[in-house]
This record gives sequence, C-alpha cells and structure tokens, in this order.
Amino acid sequence: MILAKKRLIPTLLLKDGRLVKTVRYDTFKDVGDPVRAARVYDAQGADELIFLDISASREGRSLLYNIITRVAEECFMPLTVGGGIRTVVDIKKTLRAGADRVCINTQTLLTPGIINQAAEAFGASTLVVSIDAKKNSQGAYGITSYSGKKWIGRNPVDWAEEVENRGAGEIFLSFVNRDGTMGKGYDNNLLRQITDAVSIPVIASGGVGRLDHFVSGILEGGASAVAAASIFHFTDQSPIKVHAYMADAGIEIRTE
Amino acid sequence: MIAIVDYGMSNMHSVLKAVEAVSYDRVAITVSPGQLDDATHIILPGVGSFAQGIRNLRDRRIDEALYRQVIKKGKPFMGICLGMHLLADNGDEHGPNSGLQWIKGRVIPLEARGESQIPHIGWNRLSLCKNSPLIDDSLSRKDFYFVHKYHFHCEDVDAVLTKTFHGAEFVSAISKGNIFATQFHPEKSQDNGLKILKNFLEFNHP
Repeated sequence: MILAKKRLIPTLLLKDGRLVKTVRYDTFKDVGDPVRAARVYDAQGADELIFLDISASREGRSLLYNIITRVAEECFMPLTVGGGIRTVVDIKKTLRAGADRVCINTQTLLTPGIINQAAEAFGASTLVVSIDAKKNSQGAYGITSYSGKKWIGRNPVDWAEEVENRGAGEIFLSFVNRDGTMGKGYDNNLLRQITDAVSIPVIASGGVGRLDHFVSGILEGGASAVAAASIFHFTDQSPIKVHAYMADAGIEIRTE
Repeated sequence: MIAIVDYGMSNMHSVLKAVEAVSYDRVAITVSPGQLDDATHIILPGVGSFAQGIRNLRDRRIDEALYRQVIKKGKPFMGICLGMHLLADNGDEHGPNSGLQWIKGRVIPLEARGESQIPHIGWNRLSLCKNSPLIDDSLSRKDFYFVHKYHFHCEDVDAVLTKTFHGAEFVSAISKGNIFATQFHPEKSQDNGLKILKNFLEFNHP
C-alpha cells in the first residue's frame, strides 16, 4: 500500500534563545545557535523540525517567536513549535510567528478541553499533543507534566486515546527516562501499544543512540515519524546519512 | 504585484517568504478586497477549517473581489490546502457549508484504509493526470509536504491535475484555465515546492 513517507525529525530544544540539550529532562548543555542549526538540517533534507521551548520567562518567549520567524524566512519546510503553550491566543501567536503546527503538553493535562478548542479553531492537523511517558521504579508507565517533573500517573495508552478523541491530529510521544541518554532507543513496547490504540500518526522521541533505533521505532513501534536530538548534536550523523540508512533497511523515506 | 490574500486563516508569512525567494516582483499581503485590483497573480493560502475559511472570505467581501479578479478578469490564481478546498461547491468540515463554487466537487474527510493514518501528514508523491504549466513530469516524481484531514472530491474530471495515494487515492492538485490549486504545501516543500510557485508566477493568462 502506498502511504505518506515516514519522517525523520530533528528536535531543537530552546532556552532563552539558545539551542540546548537535556539529559532525562534535566541538566542541560548549550549546543549553539538555533537558526544556524535549522539551516543545516534544512540543507540536509530533514523532513520537519520540532522546536520545544523550555524558557520560563516572558523574554524567553519573545526570543522564541523571533527565532521561529527567522527560521521560517529561510527554511521552506514544516516547522512544529511547542513548549509553554497555555491558551488559544498562545497558539495563534506561535502560528503567526511562522510555525505550521503547534505542540501542547502540560496544558492538555490541566484543561483537556484545550485540545477540542484548538482543533476547532485551527484544524486537527495543526495540533500535535505531546505525551511525556515515564516508567516508575515499579516498572509501571505513567504520564508526566511540567517537562517530566510532575508524575500524573495516568496510563499513557488511555490518555493517547482521549487525546485522539478530543481532536488532536498527531501525538509526540517522549520517553522521559531515555531522553538524552543515547542509549537503548525508543521504548518500542509502549510505542506499539499506543500506535495500535490510536489511528492518528505518532512521532517517537527519546533515547536514540544508534541508527537502527530509528528503524525499530517504525518497524517494531509502528511510529509514523522518528525524532532525535543528541545523535545529531553530538555525533557526525546527519539527516542525509540517516535517510540513506533507513531506506536501505526497507523504510519508505525521502532520499533526495 | 503578487497578492497573498489574508483572510485571517493562515500562515501568510511562510507563503510570502517563499514567493520572495522565487520572484523579483513586489509581493503584498492583502487585507482589503480593493487591493486585489493591482494584482497580477493571486494566492489564497490557508490553514484552518472550511467553515471558518468561507465565513471569513464572505465577511470581508473577499469572495466577491476574487470572483471579479479571477473569474471575470482571468487573473492567474493559486489556492493552497484550505485555499484549494474553498473552490469547491460544498465542504463538510464543521459544515456542511457552500464554497466559492468555482470547481465542481465536495470537500470530505479522508478515510483511513489499512495502515493509513489520518490526518495525512508528511511527504508524498504526485501522479500526473494531464499537462499543465504548474507541474511537469519530472516534478511529479518528487516529494511534497501534505498535512490535511479532508480532501477535495472533484467532480470536474478535466480539472484534476494530479492524484496522490495515502491508503486511498485523492486529488492533490487542480488546474483549470487560470485557476491552479494544490492540496500540498509548496511553500513547505523545500526546493521542489519553490519550483511550483515559480511555475505559477511565470504563468500569464493568454
């Protein structure tokens, strides 16, 4: 069957206008200028870029809008932007700045109705809901908010179903325990449970340390798109190389 | 002047920058219907729902101005995504509502078939149904960026320019005289998308 191609998505984490990288959602390093990084990913044929802002201040937010506008001026590719979005007005501002889609997390857990409202106002395809899933010390999965800091405990599969029913167009699923570890790859067990439970596409994120992790996220986990940050920041892997590797492994992906 | 129509629905900024990247002509984001008088080419972008889109066009009387400029005067027109849907007779998104009724058809939801996930989000190819100045054979074999939940079920078979498969086949581009439209986002499809915008801007109605 012919379908849309699978997507490879570099994630760019921003704090006060700089590109940073976290490990398990904590301890972050400055890894450079976000506009320059976006330009490189664009030239290397990345399928989409996701910007997640972790600035706490209002100054940080306006720096974010400025960066998105500058990226949108020269990178003619899909841009998804999230972090700190609380209201429909925030969504409007983010789209006005140049984002094509927005990604919401914490607010969907505080007031789930924001998903319905946003889908109604901007269309389902504009709305990505981010789910930060964590495994606790007993090995049980639960969702978290506030960048992985607050344990909500609700089952991620149940929550994913609710997110779909409320009108989200896509799920960005992160594995908090694996963020920045460049370790074992995605949690394909949980990923598969969620991709089986919903019919909207799912982006997997967190834990990629080797190229075969991208492949297993799609073949074993059922993801429509695979996201990563560290492997691009800290190794010589580029979207070009990863695309070629994935195509060799039999995945339908862009190769030019 | 190249006019990009602002009707409160879309990310005009991206379309503006993409047009500026391929043309030396003046480009303007237009808010009042009268500004379309000076346009040589008109682009109707759009992200959002059919219901809200058609309401905004009518409330601002842009529908009448578009009719004068595109249908009466024959100015080259390009609709993108929602801007393509609005050309239909009717749309079911938060509807039903009537559209501009320039191209026969109805905007209906994409159906999930087999492994196809809806919305259709990502890069996909085109299969060319006829010749057109907008998309040639070599471009139709490239990938373009789609993000949509509804599609234009086109009853005017001669207007269908390309089709795309995502579980099932749907119309991904339309051309009829001076009217062009794409379901995908050329302004978001890197170099191949820019080529399509350039082809449109180089088209002059005889």
